[in-house]
Amino acid sequence: MTMGLLFDATRCIGCGSCASACKEQNKLPGEVEERTTAYTWTTVKPVEGTYMRKLCMHCQVPTCASVCPVGALTKSAEGPVVYDAKKCMGCRYCMMACPFDVPKYQWDRPVPIIGKCILCAGRITKGESTACATACPVGATIFGKRDDLIRDAQDRIKQNPIGYVDHVYGLTEAGGTSVLMISSVPFEKLGLKNDLPSEPPALRTWQVLSNIPSFVAVWGVFLYGIHWITARRDEVAKAEAHTQSEDRR
Amino acid sequence: MTTTTLSARRPRFGFWTTVVGLLLVPFLIITFLRFTKGLGAVTNLNDSFPWGLWIGFDLLCGVGLAAGAFTLTAVVHLFNLKRFEPIVRPTVLTGFLGYGFVIVALMFDLGQPWRIWHTIIYWNTHSVMFEVGWCVMLYTTVLALEFAPVVLERFGFHAPVRLIHKFITPLVIAGVLLSTLHQSSLGSLYLIVPSKLHPLWYSQLLPLLFYISAIGAGIGMVILESYLSQRAFGRHLEMDLLEPLARGMVVALGIYGLMRLQIISRNGSFSAITSFSYEGKMFLVEFVLGVLLPVGLLAFRKLRTNPTWLVTGAFLAVLGFVVNRLNVSVTGMERAAGARYLPSLMEIIVSVTLVGVGMAVFALAVRYFSIFPEPKPAESDH
Ligand code: SF4
Ligand code: SF4
Ligand code: SF4
Repeated sequence: MTMGLLFDATRCIGCGSCASACKEQNKLPGEVEERTTAYTWTTVKPVEGTYMRKLCMHCQVPTCASVCPVGALTKSAEGPVVYDAKKCMGCRYCMMACPFDVPKYQWDRPVPIIGKCILCAGRITKGESTACATACPVGATIFGKRDDLIRDAQDRIKQNPIGYVDHVYGLTEAGGTSVLMISSVPFEKLGLKNDLPSEPPALRTWQVLSNIPSFVAVWGVFLYGIHWITARRDEVAKAEAHTQSEDRR
Repeated sequence: MTTTTLSARRPRFGFWTTVVGLLLVPFLIITFLRFTKGLGAVTNLNDSFPWGLWIGFDLLCGVGLAAGAFTLTAVVHLFNLKRFEPIVRPTVLTGFLGYGFVIVALMFDLGQPWRIWHTIIYWNTHSVMFEVGWCVMLYTTVLALEFAPVVLERFGFHAPVRLIHKFITPLVIAGVLLSTLHQSSLGSLYLIVPSKLHPLWYSQLLPLLFYISAIGAGIGMVILESYLSQRAFGRHLEMDLLEPLARGMVVALGIYGLMRLQIISRNGSFSAITSFSYEGKMFLVEFVLGVLLPVGLLAFRKLRTNPTWLVTGAFLAVLGFVVNRLNVSVTGMERAAGARYLPSLMEIIVSVTLVGVGMAVFALAVRYFSIFPEPKPAESDH
């Protein structure tokens, strides 16, 4: 059963409890910063008369996990996309590739690692809710099964169609995400991309990569064939030249 | 071989040796800072712009411009056009040094380069980067083997040379396969960012575009490098070999140019060019330099057979190629990142020093090994 978070921007009061709770839970140094960084995994900010949280969306088919050459990022069965710092070699392809620009880097360290929200994976396996959802005093961020959260979000929109934009953000974006958002302000105004195709970006590369074995076979035979033909032509030419010179003699 | 005559003709690669000499101290200081204070202390990279010059230039261009090696070995050993044999050695050497350059640059760019071997033990076959890593490792080995006879011969080890020659066909085929894979995969790296890379550069055909343009610019590099070494070592330009190569380059770049235009007209981003937006201007720079001018000039036999024009055309193709790769990796990503990226002076110094070292090693190799054919008709290693 995959778990997730639902963030309802209309309920958020911008108190920042989630951000502080996250710092504490994950033992991240320093104060909560203005933007998400390797040391601040989630922020809450006023935009367009409402409040918006930023955190990893925990994609159903995570782009970051698909691009990581060493498989340091993986989607776990319960939903969280987790990071194994011991494997990471710091190529930063995950940062480049993430459609939501989530992974951040420790630019100031000689032995740097990636930092991003891990949906409190440790707590979830213990059956607990995430630290941010637990800390939220008004239930703007709630934790639950993804399917239940989707139903809940759709119900809220149905009951108050004027108060919400008729869209659950994360239902289809980039193939769907475990973190869902609803709001009264159009999402593109809140700094979220509203043009993300529902096809996970990872499929585009897989279409190419999955063809490699057959490509190698065909191309290899083709190249060898060319060599075979041209070399053979050479031999024939040589043999002919030889007989000719013999004839002349 | 005639080592005496070779070293007697003292190479004048003074420029690059001077560059390396001058930059060596700053380079060492930057290296020290990089590994004690982190990437942020020496680069202009940040969370909005995680990939910069070291990926856009060092990796993408370093690998791309070394494409001459696989192209030429295929021409000579697979297509059996043996007359090109005399320029295979310098090209393979350039290729090998190019990949060496890339690997050293990655040591700077990777956050934890000492873990580069993790790609060998932790696999993720869904990752293009994984595939590129493997291909680069394997292909560098192939290049080393292809070049090894030159070194072994010099020291009189003939048995291993014979062995390599016996397996030269499978070796060359492996090289062409690996090159095809990772040259195109450098383009595939960007398939994952349809929502970030500007439509002037994004296309599902990126792998093919990267492959064809690498062949074109790779041939351009072969011509350029022949020119540079004839200047430095007082050799004559092998016009009878370079002219047909230039034709190959024109064809490759021509196909590439047409594909680019078709893609752009299909995805409707022509307006970005005609409106002279930032991206449009950068596209024009790349396209005029790297496609229109070299193809337009070298399509004429008169210009192609003239050494000055030939070299100019090749130079433009290489320049345009570099601009293209920087456009894909930097210009095209800036809008989505909401930030501009310009490399820091320290990033530039590292790249320039590494290029200089490559050039200097090339000059050194030419002095000590028989890389270029002697003026007499080439009796090569067969
Ligand atoms: S939002 Fe980005 S970092 Fe988070 S799971 Fe999706 S692709 Fe990975
Ligand atoms: S930076 Fe680390 S986690 Fe991200 S893709 Fe590279 S190796 Fe994987
Ligand atoms: S789920 Fe956990 S890691 Fe993610 S933002 Fe909330 S508290 Fe932080």
